[in-house]
This record gives sequence, structure tokens and C-alpha cells, in this order.
Amino acid sequence: MMDRYTKLQLVGIYAALAVFLTFILLPFFEMFMASLRPLEHLFRSPYQFWSDDFSLQAYKDMWVTVPLLGRYIFNSIFIATSVTVITMVFVVPAAYAYARLDFPFKNISLGIFLGVNMFTGAVLLIPLYRVLRTMGLLNTYWAMIVPGVAFLIPTGIWLLRSYLEKIPRELEEAAFVDGASRMYTLRRVVLPLAVPGLIVVSVAVFIGAYAQQFLFAITFNQTRELQPLPAGLFEFIGYQSVTWNEMMAAALVGVLPVMLIFLFLQKYLVAGLTAGAVKE
Amino acid sequence: MAELSAQASQPAANTRKRAMSENLFGWMLVAPAMIFIAVIVAWPLAETIRLSFMDAGLGGEEFIGLENYQDLADSRKFHQTVIRTFYWMFLSVGIKLIMGLIGATLLNAAIPGRALFRVLVMPPWVIPVAIGCIGWLWLYNGYFGVLSGVMMKLGITDGPFEFLAYKSSAFYSAVVTDVWVGTPMVTLFFLAAMQGVSRDLYEAAWVDGAGRWYRFRRITIPQIMPVIVSMALLSAIFTFNSFEIIWILTEGGPRSATTTLIIDTYKVAIGNYKFGEGAARAVVIVVLLAVFSLIYLFFLNKINKRYGAK
Repeated sequence: MMDRYTKLQLVGIYAALAVFLTFILLPFFEMFMASLRPLEHLFRSPYQFWSDDFSLQAYKDMWVTVPLLGRYIFNSIFIATSVTVITMVFVVPAAYAYARLDFPFKNISLGIFLGVNMFTGAVLLIPLYRVLRTMGLLNTYWAMIVPGVAFLIPTGIWLLRSYLEKIPRELEEAAFVDGASRMYTLRRVVLPLAVPGLIVVSVAVFIGAYAQQFLFAITFNQTRELQPLPAGLFEFIGYQSVTWNEMMAAALVGVLPVMLIFLFLQKYLVAGLTAGAVKE
Repeated sequence: MAELSAQASQPAANTRKRAMSENLFGWMLVAPAMIFIAVIVAWPLAETIRLSFMDAGLGGEEFIGLENYQDLADSRKFHQTVIRTFYWMFLSVGIKLIMGLIGATLLNAAIPGRALFRVLVMPPWVIPVAIGCIGWLWLYNGYFGVLSGVMMKLGITDGPFEFLAYKSSAFYSAVVTDVWVGTPMVTLFFLAAMQGVSRDLYEAAWVDGAGRWYRFRRITIPQIMPVIVSMALLSAIFTFNSFEIIWILTEGGPRSATTTLIIDTYKVAIGNYKFGEGAARAVVIVVLLAVFSLIYLFFLNKINKRYGAK
């Protein structure tokens, strides 16, 4: 058959995949290995590939070296969750409007939303800094939440819109004919049907919100207690030396929440995110 | 059927009234998001443009016309930064696309275990970039990192090699990390596009005796071309704007070897509180990105006409 491979071809494919995946996974593997080694062993040169003194000590000590570590992880999750909830409040009605309704400047306004994707926070940092200062939001959670929401709204609208477009129109038409108002139809007919899509988009927004915290945190927040993990991790870099093993352990513990969510939902997420790539 | 009878019985006036309410309702739903974006993105953008004509810092503002732009136009260092940014972008995006094509082709092959391999590609896409970069910081460490260790074992270098300490090795190390961050997304989009290509095409070619390479070149590539073009430009925008990777690995050094426009802007504006000079740089970035998006639309239209329209 067409899909049958010879032995040699199979070996080639697996070998190439091994190289590809090594590149992708090497940093994680090395982070994990470093987290298992005692510090004095890490600082042994030349590099040793294997050692007999692996331990989980770093996973205990890291909470002592950086006492606020637990707080940083909480902050990361708290900021990402708040960003997700607020973003969805803005995204759901807008995505519905773009999927279903016809109104003046529909395409232009959608274009403006997507144009926002072109700018990262870095370009707008200066005035954003001043806006947040004027509003008195610097050095608060809001300083990291508000810009986060702004940069995720366009992606959220885009993803949810393509999902809503797939829900059959007939159901709404039927509700209209029965005399239901537009708001009622949106709340009682469309949203319940869109629950799977809402979950996928929320998780995508959450992952994005979890990932983008570093820049906003180092620029808009000087309060240590409010730092998210990606910024807090740098506290393992001391004046004298870097406790690499504990830093790696903390980094791995910090990505665990998103990795778990992702693993559970990866099938739906990938399908939802790449939907635009597949021809209808 | 209900739809049909409802339409038939509706007088023209009623339809018009309904259209008006749809306009209003549409804007009612879009307005909150629009206003939020206006305050947090559009207004700061306008402020950036205004500030770029000012001598602005912590002390105050003074209108100086085009002086900030004139300084940039005269600065050899800035020209080098622009060229470096484009080199960084083209190199990194080029590698990402090639890696993405290879990766997607491998993951699309009908072999046992592919479901697992597809999941294993994704982690760099999911985790915060800043945390991935900390891993790379460790890999690039000369004394204790695995890369330098392997090179020493193989006899490529005599002693420890600090990847981030030399101008060109720091630059290419940053490119490798950027490729690592960007490749999973490109791969998965290409894979999704490849899965959307109709099997009939391949089977017809196969019956005619076309080999794998021929089918890849003459069927796969043309069929997924629209996705390749959009990913190329999307990655270009991401790479151009890439901040965290360079900032965490090198902060733009050594001796500006990894300073791209974004890093330069951040250093001038946030690091040195030269808001006016920083704003002028930000405007240059926005203009360059706007030109990009125009090219994007232009190419996308062309490609879609050639491949998409059936």
C-alpha cells in the first residue's frame, strides 16, 4: 500500500524523529537532571553525564532558599486565572457578534483587533507604564492583569469566533421565531452549546496568560510579594553563586500546572488552535 | 421550514427594524472589548507617537520636533541594530519553517507511536518562554552545561566553552533558543494542514507511480502553501518582537551582539528613562511591522488565488 514503509525507511523516520525530539526535550531533560544533583556535584567540571548521588533534596531546599516561592507560584496561577476570566467576559459577546451578526464596520473592527497581535507589550511599554501609573495600578496585581487581558482579547475573539461559526444557525432561528430576545437566545441557546469551545478557548487564554507574565512583571511591578514565578525564579541567582539545582526544581514545579492542564486537553486544544490551518 | 414561513410572512418594515436592532446589538457586544483595547493599546500607541517628538524623561517633556528621528538616522549603531534585527528574524524564521516542515512530515508518517510523538513536540509551546530560557541558560553554561561538556569530551574544545560570552556564539545561541520556542507551533500548524490534504490526490499520484519525494514536492507543498505563508509571516512578527529570550540569555550583549530593536528600545526607554528616544524607536518598530503586515496581506492574497481557489 501507499503508506507501507520499507525497514530502512522506518529506521530513517525513527532516527530523524529521535533527533528532532532530542532538540525539543533536551532542555527539560537537563533541567530535570540538574534538579536531582547536589549543588557541589553540579559545580564539577568537566561535565559528567551520570552520577550516583541523585536526590530530591533540591525540591525540599528550594522553599527555604527562596521563602516566597510558594507565593510566586500562587501569584502566577492567580494572575493567569484573573486574566482568563476577565478576557472571556470581553471575548464571548464580541466573538458571538463576529460569528453571527451583521453590523457596520464589522470587518474593519475585526481587522483592528487582529492588528493588536502585531504589537507586543514591549513596543507600548513606555506609555503603558504611564497609563498604569496615572491609574495608580503600578506595583499591584492589576499592573500585570490589565495589559495581559488586552493582548489576549484578539486571540480569544479569533478562536471563539471560528468555533461559534460551526454551531448550526437553525437553533437560534427557532428561538427567534418563538419570540425569544437576542440576549436570551445568546445566554440560553448559544452559550450552552458552545461549552466545549469555551473551555478550549479559556484554556488557550490561560496558557497564554501564564506564559506572558515575565515582561509585565519586571516592568510594572516592583513589589516582591506580587511577583509571578518566571520573575521570582531569578532570586535563585544570588550575589555569590547560583543554586541551579533548586532553580531548576522550582522551574519544573512551576510549569507543572500548565503541563497537566495541557496534557489532559491537548487533543481538543491542538484541534481548536490549528482550526484555521485546515481547509473547510 | 419554520424559517421559510417566518420569512414569507414578515413585512418589509419588520425586516428593517430587525436589521437596525442587529446593528445596535452587534456593536453592544463588541464595544466593551473595543473600548478596553482602545484604552490599553490604541491610546498608548498614540502616546508613543506623541512622545517620539519630545525630549522626555523623568523630569518632564519638551517638544523637539524630529530630533529623535534625526539622531536615529545618523546613528551607525542604530543602523547596525536594524540590520541585526532583520538578520535575526530571517535566519530564525527560515530555520523554524524548515524544522516545522521536517517535523510535520515525520509526525504525519503512518508509524506506530505517532500519537505520543505529537504530544512530545508541544512542551516548549505551552510553558512560559522565560522558564524555557532558564533551561537554555543552564545548557549554554560553559563549566557545567551539557553542550560544552559534550564538546570537551569530543575534543572540539580544549576547555569550557561559554556560549553566551562571545559575540557570534551568543547570537547564534539566541537563534537556536528562539527556534526551539517557535518550532512546535509551526510544526503543529503544518501537521494540521497536511492532515487536511485529501488522500485522493496522493492515491492518484501513487497509482501513477509517483514516489514519496515527488508527492511531497508536487502535492503536499502546494496544498499547504497558504499555511506556510501565513506561518512565515506570523513567525516573522513573533521573532521580530521576541524580547524574553534575548533578555534572559544575554540582555542584548556581549557588546550589543544580540541587541535587536526591541531590546534596544527597552534599554533606552525603561533602562535609561529616555522616554522620547525610546518612543521614536518604538515608532520605527511599528512602521516596520505595518509594512510587514501589508506584505503579509499582499502575499496571502496572491497565494490564495493561485492555490486556494479551486
